[in-house]
Amino acid sequence: MKVRVLAFARVRELLGSPREVELPAGATAGALWDDLAKTCQELPQLAQSTRIARNGRMVPREERLEDGDEIALLPAAGGG
Amino acid sequence: MFAIVLDPIDVAAIARSVRTDACGAVITFAGVVREMSDDDRPVTGLSYEAHESMAAAEFEAIAREARDRFGPCEISVAHRIGDLQVGEVSVVVAVGAPHRGAAFDACEFTIDELKRRAPIWKKEHYAQGGSRWRSNPGVQT
Repeated sequence: MKVRVLAFARVRELLGSPREVELPAGATAGALWDDLAKTCQELPQLAQSTRIARNGRMVPREERLEDGDEIALLPAAGGG
Repeated sequence: MFAIVLDPIDVAAIARSVRTDACGAVITFAGVVREMSDDDRPVTGLSYEAHESMAAAEFEAIAREARDRFGPCEISVAHRIGDLQVGEVSVVVAVGAPHRGAAFDACEFTIDELKRRAPIWKKEHYAQGGSRWRSNPGVQT
């Protein structure tokens, strides 16, 4: 299956613009993060402070993803 | 209105958007880019980015919570994204309510929760060179 990954702030700088990621069927949000973390040395340090949203809703790392999902990687916020 | 915007925010227009004939008070808060970081480094400007649809939905959720806590009121929130210079307005919260106490309370609650919860990020650019993403104290992770 394929999901679309959006990243923001430092995570976006590390991963680049929105991208499609191919995952095995039934993969979790955590598995997606782990796959991405393998491609980038700095990313694992941001695991604690980065939340994951699936189609606009925050989800736990155990959440199972589906084909076509939009996954957003949201580092600690700094608005205002 | 709940919006993420690229262009400079018209503070007066946001204030007008919350006024009804039931209002005895309209409170407007404007967050402004300042020349110094929290750790006392001179700043030339900030770059903001947001997950736009999630941020607008979060503004709306915060406004609902504010109404539950402080009673009926109209709330608008606008936050800029892109590159801002010192002195530019980055965020505006406006509240219209029958009385000033509830309006002040709802305005403070809304900006505090926005800073803690909304998926918006800022990068500080320093006068001496370099830049850094900064998160807010007490932010949800």
